[in-house]
Amino acid sequence: MSKVDYLKDFRDAKRIKALSKLIEREVKKHINIMEVCGGHTHTIMRYGLNQILPPEIEFVHGPGCPVCIMPKERIDHAVALVQDDKNIVATLGDMIRVPGSKSSLQKERAKGKNVRMLYAPFDILKIAKENPDKNVIYFAIGFETTTPMTGALIEKVLQEKIKNIYFHINHVLVPPPIKAIMSSGEAKIDAFIGPAHVSVITGAKIYQEIVDLYKTPVVIAGFEPVDIMESVLWIVRQFNSGRIEVENQYRRAVTWEGNLKAQEVIYRYMEPRDTFRWRGIGDIPFSALKLKDEYSFLDAEVVFNDLLPNKPIDDHKLCICGDILKGIAKPYDCRVFGKSCTPQNPLGSCMVSSEGACSAYYRYGKLQLK
Amino acid sequence: MCLSIPSKIVEILPDNYAIVDTMGVKRKVSLDLMSEPVDIGDYVLIHVGYAMTKMREEDAVESLKVYEEIIKRLEQEGEEI
Repeated sequence: MSKVDYLKDFRDAKRIKALSKLIEREVKKHINIMEVCGGHTHTIMRYGLNQILPPEIEFVHGPGCPVCIMPKERIDHAVALVQDDKNIVATLGDMIRVPGSKSSLQKERAKGKNVRMLYAPFDILKIAKENPDKNVIYFAIGFETTTPMTGALIEKVLQEKIKNIYFHINHVLVPPPIKAIMSSGEAKIDAFIGPAHVSVITGAKIYQEIVDLYKTPVVIAGFEPVDIMESVLWIVRQFNSGRIEVENQYRRAVTWEGNLKAQEVIYRYMEPRDTFRWRGIGDIPFSALKLKDEYSFLDAEVVFNDLLPNKPIDDHKLCICGDILKGIAKPYDCRVFGKSCTPQNPLGSCMVSSEGACSAYYRYGKLQLK
Repeated sequence: MCLSIPSKIVEILPDNYAIVDTMGVKRKVSLDLMSEPVDIGDYVLIHVGYAMTKMREEDAVESLKVYEEIIKRLEQEGEEI
């Protein structure tokens, strides 16, 4: 029997309240904290942490939502690939519903195209074996948490010599957009709450350069409300004691070095792209990954190049998802939020994705205490 | 997407897979990304069907001790928690 309930113990109302009291007592000045990860945005909104915390603490929502930051032209790639009935396009969860310039994978599926939603990338092995006459294309998305799983899958495909699986890689990295946002100076950010599960893979070490470059504390927080409250307390204490460091609040899962095996499998098969366009932020060098040249026979962007459109597509005129991802606007600032843009009819991906700020505000906004 | 709930290993399978129990739901997961061995009863973090790390119980227990001390101290000072 475990001594710890990993959910209940870190959602405990007494602990949340106690930490909130300490923060109230100890905070001395206004602190803008960017929580990078969309999962953290959801916890904050779901538990009303922004309401429990004193007004000196303000959360600035970050770009840590791999579906939200995907520009429309990449979605259009997936839609283009699935037009050929010989192609099956498979992807994880939310990606299915994100609108491209004319359609989404969900709409294509409704038309009878071969779109599959996966719960785990390795499900694709079965799909490929059951459909030997089809090309099975894995539309891979996600930050560093999800990238090693694609690497492990590539390894299995090579080991088992499966000939009909291809990869469309859209994996992105956490530090580059943070650096782009900080360098632009548009958002006023005093400290960061670092992502929980990206950090399990990468280790806490990747945030040292953020501390060094921008002199902002970074505290890596677990996903539960007690974790986030404790992390805010640690940020307050860093400011009060004149420290600026990387701290790891999520010690039960994150280490300084991270999962070295997972890191190694990423860079065995993938390497940074020169540039990648991020919704709202624009082109960021070395911010995304692609398959290495020696694996280009697996690369859907190479093998199916003739099918893929390459025109950059801008967002819906009224969608401010880009500004929200950069931390310079909140969902309530958007003219179409909750009106013509809802989870049932999303105009932009911040509303579609379960990690998007807009979907968090839509779901939990009404529960907010006034 | 990155949200994953600590899950308990209930069965080890061949080919580096395992069955985990997440709040009563049993799923098959891959251990391909784990460099340390896992045992039945261990808690692991699962992401899209792969175990990423073992939860470290000692660190969790340490954290809980800290929270209890904070609550005790505040209550002694007359705060209502």
